[in-house]
Amino acid sequence: MATVAPPLPTAAQDQRLRRIWETKPGLFGFFGTVDHKKIGKRYLVTSLVFLLLGGAEAAVMRLQLAHSNQHLVTPEQYNQLFTMHGVTMIFWYAAPVLSGFSNFLWPLLIGSRDMAFPRLNAYSYWTFLLSGLFLYSSVLVGQSPDGGWFAYVPLTGSAFSPGLNLDFYALALLFLTISATVGAINFIVTLFKLRAPGMSINRIPIFMWGTLTNSFSILFALPALSVACVMLYLDRRFGTHFFDAAAGGHPLLWQHLFWIFGHPWVYIVVLPAMGIVSDALPTFCRRPLVGYTAVALATVTTGILGFGVWVHHMFATGLPPLALSFFSAASFAITIPSAIAVFAWIATIWTGRPVIRTSFLFMAGFIVLFVIGGVSGVATAAASFDQQLTDTYFVVAHLHYVLIGINLFGVAAGVYYWFPKMTGRMLDERLGRWNFWTMFLGFNLGFFPMHISGLLGMPRRVYTYPAGLGWDTVNLITTVGAFLFAVGVLLLIANLVRSRLTGAAAGPNPWDGPTLEWAISSPPPPYNFAVIPTVGSRHPLWEDRLKEGARTVLAEGPTLDQEKTTLETSPLDAVLTDVLRMPEDSLYPVLHAVGLTAVFYGLLIRSTALSLVGGILVLALTIGWLWPARRELEAES
Amino acid sequence: MSRYPILPALALAACEPSPSYLRPSGYVGDRQAALGWVLLLIAAFVIVVVSALVIAAVYHRRPAASGSMRATGGLRWIVVGGVAIPAAILLATMVYSMVVLAQTARASTAPALTVQVTGHRWWWEVRYPGTESSEVVTGANEIHIPVGVPVKLELSTGDVIHSFWIPQLAGKTDLIPGQRNLAWIEADRPGSYRGQCAEYCGLQHAHMMITVVAQPRGEFTRWLAAQRQPATAPTDGEALVGRDLFVRSACSLCHTVRGTEAGGILGPDLTHVGSRRMIAAGTLSNTPGNLTGWIENPQASKPGVIMPAIPFQPNQLHAVVTYLRALE
Repeated sequence: MATVAPPLPTAAQDQRLRRIWETKPGLFGFFGTVDHKKIGKRYLVTSLVFLLLGGAEAAVMRLQLAHSNQHLVTPEQYNQLFTMHGVTMIFWYAAPVLSGFSNFLWPLLIGSRDMAFPRLNAYSYWTFLLSGLFLYSSVLVGQSPDGGWFAYVPLTGSAFSPGLNLDFYALALLFLTISATVGAINFIVTLFKLRAPGMSINRIPIFMWGTLTNSFSILFALPALSVACVMLYLDRRFGTHFFDAAAGGHPLLWQHLFWIFGHPWVYIVVLPAMGIVSDALPTFCRRPLVGYTAVALATVTTGILGFGVWVHHMFATGLPPLALSFFSAASFAITIPSAIAVFAWIATIWTGRPVIRTSFLFMAGFIVLFVIGGVSGVATAAASFDQQLTDTYFVVAHLHYVLIGINLFGVAAGVYYWFPKMTGRMLDERLGRWNFWTMFLGFNLGFFPMHISGLLGMPRRVYTYPAGLGWDTVNLITTVGAFLFAVGVLLLIANLVRSRLTGAAAGPNPWDGPTLEWAISSPPPPYNFAVIPTVGSRHPLWEDRLKEGARTVLAEGPTLDQEKTTLETSPLDAVLTDVLRMPEDSLYPVLHAVGLTAVFYGLLIRSTALSLVGGILVLALTIGWLWPARRELEAES
Repeated sequence: MSRYPILPALALAACEPSPSYLRPSGYVGDRQAALGWVLLLIAAFVIVVVSALVIAAVYHRRPAASGSMRATGGLRWIVVGGVAIPAAILLATMVYSMVVLAQTARASTAPALTVQVTGHRWWWEVRYPGTESSEVVTGANEIHIPVGVPVKLELSTGDVIHSFWIPQLAGKTDLIPGQRNLAWIEADRPGSYRGQCAEYCGLQHAHMMITVVAQPRGEFTRWLAAQRQPATAPTDGEALVGRDLFVRSACSLCHTVRGTEAGGILGPDLTHVGSRRMIAAGTLSNTPGNLTGWIENPQASKPGVIMPAIPFQPNQLHAVVTYLRALE
């Protein structure tokens, strides 16, 4: 198959651009880089480390539950394990891993030289990393959060949880929301302002629609979590009464705030992964995605409807049936946009010519797991049956089909697809097959029986269970499957490490992909595109075969090789509007994040002095960060 | 047991009695289980069809390749498979589930009896109200109900959020500070139905069981009358020693035995503890050995439980257990 040869920059051009864009070696470069590709890879590696931590916690839980009446861990340890497992996977793995893909890929997908706010980008990584370390420092003092990832009051109030456990929880989440918020702002502005000329809004990859929707959801959903965490901290630390029923507060306030945030968050961690599949699947099917517009609109619709279903987490709280029925109906309705995506993928495979590679296998598996997680979700949407299902292992099965099926399998597909672009080397196909089948079979063997244990009446969050209830066999099968699945995940890591060192060279476009990132070398040079392309269609590299008459120009255009700049275009039609000066590497982001860490430790150990020192540091660094450079002042005058 | 087909894995476990809500008994449980089976069968059907479609999509026979790439087509898949069929199925099941929600929200007939249930870490206080104080019965972890009539439950909590759940009788209703939730149960057949706290409530959430004992009307009336009686004074010498030890030691600070000076309210009322099937909220069966071990070291079988170990001499412990066993 003929591939459009990517235009290679001349040596002189390459040298000039490298001088402008390359991160300096050494410590300054390491801590100061604002290169979106380095930040993206750091996000991916860090979130995979959190995945392994959360997985290890799950492994211990599965050993404890393999049989009735086991005493491998104490109830206290078990409660910390299941809380840390949930918090880690949901907050420090599932969302950040997608930010990793977005950070690495976005400027490459849209023909830009970097994200809109490169320093903010670095800042969102450092706050993500440091908030995670803050959370895990709780392990060192043996007081990890133990109130569940949902942390219902009053159990998590100071009366019933006097230790530092829940302070770690409230403060670490508050810390993380800073990272997610600045990241979301960066994605939104990048998408609307930094696309190459000609890349109108209907030409962006679906992955970007997913992350755009996710970013808006983050901006509207996270404040509810931040507010809830601040209230929890105030109740615990200063004795306010937001959740204290005896003093006029109400524990259900926490639940409403938490799930107003919590349900959109489910879509936050799956929509970009669905986007990965919508973009990578067509490459392996040798045709464009069926129903681009329908899938893009379905993505946005899901994000919006996601804000109207939170009460389906509260069907047993005693709300009146009329209220339940509205949220039940909305939860049924949200299935439709997902069904649109599923049938768009199936139609793409059916009408295409699939080339079966590991990435494709992960996507095909993803579709099946998505459907299983989707239909079990419909069962939980039926309010009166959910009053039976809720807080049983059926829900544990459902949410893992959603979060592992749609997030992790999508991520694995994306890793196999874009690893060559990130590193210049191919992942091993043979090991890849082993990797996929171990994960797929292990996952289903481990998690499908959880539906059964749930239907047999086994509740969630129990550290042990009695014999004689018919729960032993299914739990043993679950444990065996979970360990097989863990082996699969380790095979993925092994493949990543091995192929990083000895993988076959990838070349610019190993999969014959259609989008802009495949037009440049692998790994991309620090400046991404030597020439900023002018985009003529959704599939710039497939135009000669699609015969639609569109023409993307890759070889000629602005080179911007005098200063660190990139192009700014209009939000919808991507008409050139300006040339933007991009910031240099800087230590402000990492130092600012360190200052914040001091503030949070001060709040944790109730040390006014430490909080004050951190606060002053943060203030000073903010001023320094925002201080206009001489150049900008001259431009003003 | 069930009038519905049994999933293979359920059959595998069917040799043991599981508290599955797919084997219901009673008005609410029946309706929820019927809805559940419909939803699960539709789910299984959709999974099979879509999985088959994915496999067929990959392997079906294709015409020979041509030079150019297919750019359009396939939208019918989305219209039919992604919108029309799911919308029809979802609309029908949604209407059905709303009907069940309306049916189960209210009792079929006026409830014959009201029981007040209060959640505590980690046990259930069960109270049968009455117009006079001599009619009030307070027990723990065991609800007796007459068979075939709706029983109204008033649910509240003494500390954190718990959730009341008897899978075979009805779905969950939470016990939430600051509000009193109502639920109702009805059992078709006599028997005992296992229940368990369903909202995570801390260290011993795993050991907060409750049993509903459904009895024929006459049997239930006799049971309630017996429970209304204060504890009978022991006649046996050792039990008398046990009673004195119980009343004078720390036991009475938390436990009540009606008819004695023991009037603590932090732990379960023990007036008729000898008649209960289980102790420690369903953790242990009510045998002399278990009772002895429990009093000696409650932390061994329920680590984190609020009840402290009471330092009795072996002969004292024996006397206390003898006394408690006699409280039928």
